[in-house]
Amino acid sequence: MSLAGFLAQLLNGVQYGLLLFLIASGLTLIFGVMGIINLAHGSLFMVGAYVAFLVTRAVGSAWLALPLALLGGAAFGSLLERGLFRHFYRRDHLDQVLLTFALILLFEEARSILVGNDFHSVAVPAIFDFSVPITAGFSYSAYRFVVIGVCLALAVALFFWIERTRMGAIIRAAAEKPEMVDVIGIDARRVHMTVFAVGTALALTAGALAAPLYSVYPGMGDGFLIISFVVVVIGGLGSISGAFWGALLIGLVDTLGKAYVPAVAGLAIYVLMAAVLLWRPTGLFGQRG
Amino acid sequence: MLPTPKGAFALAAGAVLLAVLPIFAQTYYVELATTALVAAMLALSLQLLVGCTGLVSLGHGAFYGLAAYTVYLVTPEDASLSIMITLPLAVLAAGAAALVVGALSLRARGFFFLMVTLAFGQMIFFVFHDTKLGGGTDGAYLARPALSFLGLELTYTGRQRPYFLYYVALVQLVAMYVFLAFLLRSLFGRVLDGIRVNEHRMRALGYDTYRYKLAAFVIGGALAGVAGHMWAMHRAFVNPEIVGWHRSAEALLMILLGGLQSLHGPILGALAFTGLGELPQLVGDAKPFARFFATIGLDDFGLRVQALAERKLLLEGLVILAVVLALPRGLASLRWPRFIRPAYGSGPDRKAQVRS
Repeated sequence: MSLAGFLAQLLNGVQYGLLLFLIASGLTLIFGVMGIINLAHGSLFMVGAYVAFLVTRAVGSAWLALPLALLGGAAFGSLLERGLFRHFYRRDHLDQVLLTFALILLFEEARSILVGNDFHSVAVPAIFDFSVPITAGFSYSAYRFVVIGVCLALAVALFFWIERTRMGAIIRAAAEKPEMVDVIGIDARRVHMTVFAVGTALALTAGALAAPLYSVYPGMGDGFLIISFVVVVIGGLGSISGAFWGALLIGLVDTLGKAYVPAVAGLAIYVLMAAVLLWRPTGLFGQRG
Repeated sequence: MLPTPKGAFALAAGAVLLAVLPIFAQTYYVELATTALVAAMLALSLQLLVGCTGLVSLGHGAFYGLAAYTVYLVTPEDASLSIMITLPLAVLAAGAAALVVGALSLRARGFFFLMVTLAFGQMIFFVFHDTKLGGGTDGAYLARPALSFLGLELTYTGRQRPYFLYYVALVQLVAMYVFLAFLLRSLFGRVLDGIRVNEHRMRALGYDTYRYKLAAFVIGGALAGVAGHMWAMHRAFVNPEIVGWHRSAEALLMILLGGLQSLHGPILGALAFTGLGELPQLVGDAKPFARFFATIGLDDFGLRVQALAERKLLLEGLVILAVVLALPRGLASLRWPRFIRPAYGSGPDRKAQVRS
């Protein structure tokens, strides 16, 4: 295949990987701090995509969807944490699995009642609906560049928040030794609510960004959820930088695999995950033991 | 894990109840019950890993599906083989796959173990999904294994078939339960229990825990093969869907619904889960909400409630939510209300709950 084609696939892979990072980072944060395996995270992604679809239908452009997904997601996440998840921190992991599985079903049914079961495509916002010429004979969708840009900006903000702020320090401490955070008198409930809100906001934003690229359809969260778990596990549970590199790796392997060796593309990421975990049983950036 | 004497009596009564079910039920429900029994076998085989040993695997469906595909692959195009050939081969294939997958994935622990088993399960899934080995994505029909033993063949007409297959499934489920009950009473079972509670302690006591876990994984995989074989026999059809991770997740869900602390929990969970799938149909036929609200003059509202009540995912989601909120130990922890339960009967039950 041509160099231009390869470059396009490379950019597609990076864009897909960054989108996965938005989902996986929330997943890994929520697991790292609260120890919750949130299967409903894929449904939150779906909610974001449908928000973009509904906003586009109502306003005519997906403009407003992004801030709405970000802020609405944060509010929705706080509500979920306060109303439901808070009561499950001390329960067995498998109870959490059961709870979040029930939530998947309820989200799907709510989607079916409110919007229906049809596939819908979502128009790319008009101002980004053009191609950026890169070299002679090769141009790349401007909207995909926007997605890459927004994801990178959010990733940088997330790193800054975790590594450079007081709240971030508490979150890192809570991920490592939760009982110590309690002992030194920090209100863990506020931390939990914030982490959950941020994770939910990121998942909804990822959905809103993804809607024009992948269109919206029932069960769309499923595939993204399972891939995001692969990302989280490859990177190491609870590690944000692990999620980042894992997401880029999976995004590139999956996209390039589908483009060049479609026969084994479905297999590739699972072989990669098994290989990584057999080599390092706690992931690339996971702590030993 | 094991039932109290009173519990064993209740289980035997349940088995008898299942055995006489075909006398009363229509063919459709007998076939549905067979589906439930196959699901119960799959869930029961997974319970050996999850509830007994503390190994949460998300690749269990792959061994089940592999066994079903084995039946398809060994059966010639135009003739059917004896169950005495297909069943051992299917179990062997599932057990061998479990040996390879288990040997590798047991290096990882906890959530990582779950994800590695998922990865291997998906690899097996893609073998059947992406290659023409078993009919590709469309799946393939197969000739049902014949019920022949040592030259004697049990023949049945098409109309009798659902009933025969129902009893074949029931016998296998009961046999599997009894086998697991004996296994758990043995030293081997006690070691598995010890590993679930505290693996370090078992290692300190001198047990090679890796080997015990691997043995449990292989036995569980082989038993999933029994369930997969029965599925192929029941449906006479295989497609990649039965290999994928959704099947594993369903089995896990059944165990969680039924309860992790008992061997009969998965069976209850599987029956409840399969029944739950039928509930919207029943509600749709009987229309209780529409009727009730019509009698008090709220016809429109009644129709709306009725429409909601026929939604499958909503019902399933709410029931699962109710179980996880109200019955943290699953359906198996349900007891008769105090005023019905005889006073002398309540003692052992409660003690058993504390112990487990």
